[in-house]
Amino acid sequence: MPDGALPVLDVQDLKTVFQTRGGEVHAVNDVSFSLKPGELLGVVGESGSGKSVTMMSLLGLLPSPPADVRGGRVKFDGKDLLNVTPEQLRSVRGGKIGFVFQDPMTSLNPVYQVGFQIMEPLRKHMGMNKREAAARAQELLELVGIPDAKQRLLDYPHQFSGGMRQRVMIAIALACDPQVLIADEPTTALDVTIQAQILELMKDLRDKLGMAVIWITHDLGVIAGIADRVMVMYGGQVVEHAPVHALFTDPQHPYTRALLKTIPTIQGERAARLTIIEGQPPIMAGAPTSCPFRDRCDVAFDRCAVENPPRYDLGDGHDAACFYDVRTRGPRDA
Amino acid sequence: MLDDGKKPLVSVKDLKMHFPIHAGLLRRRVSEVKAVDGVSFDVFEGETLGLVGESGCGKSTCGRAVLRLYDITSGSIQIDDREIGATPQPDLREMRPTMQMVFQDPQASLNPRMTVEDIIKEPLDEHTTGTDAEKRKKVSELMDAVGLNRKFAKRYPHAFSGGQRQRIGIARALALNPKFIVCDEPIAALDVSIQAQVVNLLEDLQEQFGLTYLFISHDLSMVRHIATRVAVMYLGKIVELAPREGLYADPLHPYTKALLSAVPEPDPSLARTTERIILKGDVPSPSNPPEGCNFCTRCPSVMDICKRVEPDYREVQPGRFTACHLYNDANDTAE
Repeated sequence: MPDGALPVLDVQDLKTVFQTRGGEVHAVNDVSFSLKPGELLGVVGESGSGKSVTMMSLLGLLPSPPADVRGGRVKFDGKDLLNVTPEQLRSVRGGKIGFVFQDPMTSLNPVYQVGFQIMEPLRKHMGMNKREAAARAQELLELVGIPDAKQRLLDYPHQFSGGMRQRVMIAIALACDPQVLIADEPTTALDVTIQAQILELMKDLRDKLGMAVIWITHDLGVIAGIADRVMVMYGGQVVEHAPVHALFTDPQHPYTRALLKTIPTIQGERAARLTIIEGQPPIMAGAPTSCPFRDRCDVAFDRCAVENPPRYDLGDGHDAACFYDVRTRGPRDA
Repeated sequence: MLDDGKKPLVSVKDLKMHFPIHAGLLRRRVSEVKAVDGVSFDVFEGETLGLVGESGCGKSTCGRAVLRLYDITSGSIQIDDREIGATPQPDLREMRPTMQMVFQDPQASLNPRMTVEDIIKEPLDEHTTGTDAEKRKKVSELMDAVGLNRKFAKRYPHAFSGGQRQRIGIARALALNPKFIVCDEPIAALDVSIQAQVVNLLEDLQEQFGLTYLFISHDLSMVRHIATRVAVMYLGKIVELAPREGLYADPLHPYTKALLSAVPEPDPSLARTTERIILKGDVPSPSNPPEGCNFCTRCPSVMDICKRVEPDYREVQPGRFTACHLYNDANDTAE
């Protein structure tokens, strides 16, 4: 992990609100993070925790209305992505920032050949002619480990298996040498043996191409194997953020601690009974005035109900948004 | 046998489920998908047999075939000392209360136009005689048992979260006091923190009502938690069946080894030091499985014999079954 390097992507206080008939839903609340070149940032959270919406808002991919990106700053390449023209944003998307979506079945166009779909960003963003683009597309398919690349460029998505389709998606995202790759649950729809293939491929590509990666997932096992730093999201907020080892060995937020206890493993001691997190995830109506996790928290106290905890810096790049200090077993800064 | 004292509640022998492929103008039968191709196993009373495998390996088809939701191609299924392999569908009705199913997708398996009470009461209406008041009372008891608030009986499925909907599905399966329940990926559609709640509930109910489960899942760590014994399926066949501890500590079949090593462990120091077995390529099509052993196209320890002869599924150690040529030699010399 390169230390001291300037971040390629810097997000400050991002806020996204959805206007619905039932009122406002605050899906992303003051999310801040930064990404250094060559770094792999893991983003974990349950469905509805705001992880995908965060990434989509910073790329302007959410339809408005109902979405409303209300505040914040996204610094990339010397510009604020929230304050650029749609044309400028379009040149960033698929160009300098690549995106891989969860479902490889629905994110490829079924009526175009795979080769055409890989060549599209090359011709749009890099101004290549057809022949150059075809050569590069073949290179990309070889890079992501698809045998017989030249032949397969002429195939349609349905002729590929799930794992192969995800490789094609990765090839498209990598087409224009992005500085940042955002991968939104790229292996969730795949089987474990195929997932293992894709994880190896990503680690390999990151080392080879030196790009920064944001990896969104709900699987802590995947995070443990691949990430440098981890951001845990809950109720539209970042509740904990730490280097990967610190997160797993010394988790500070009650949600992270509970989450680590609920997942069974295939090695080590087998728990007689799984620990559970009681209750349901929060409904994010209205701006948060209290800690979103307090109803399910085992250390919550009065202050958690009247104030939303800020992210406390705990040193060594570790921070947690909680009024309770695990280390002293008492409330923080009284 | 392993559990000498216990008798099998469910006994499946050489179960085959082939789906025809029709093609051409006359819709002639040209080939078949061998979704389940000769599977044998026992499920003992009170135990949970985990059935794991990747998508398309036939584990769900196997679970549905055991309950005779399909008309099977061949094989024998005994549940509670009754042979149901060839029983015509109308005669199966009286067996249905003994054997129930919990489905994967609680969104799709609950009728959106029925209230929770009607959904749970439907099996009682079909199979029991009793007054409406008695049935309603039973519904309330079932809702208590699965941890749903009785007050919500008049609500519709859309008003519930995923975890709660799965509880409704479980309550419906329990309504007729079954002995055997097939759980087909009951937690796959749920979030991690909710998965644990549902698994704990299934374990509590098993203890309370003496249930026997066939637990189908692709989540190997969750199966390690809930199952007594585990069967691993690949391309329509069981490649290995063993007690839980043995299977996870010392897998025999190369596919089981690869599958276990591919599971990401939530421990960064472990995840970066353990050597992964990365399988090459994809699963072959079940309509055209390879000659010899089904796994020979991806197996890291493939031998010549594997490409010609299909290995027998046999007991290689007490209570441990596998179908692999690697273990045939050792066995032959020992004899």
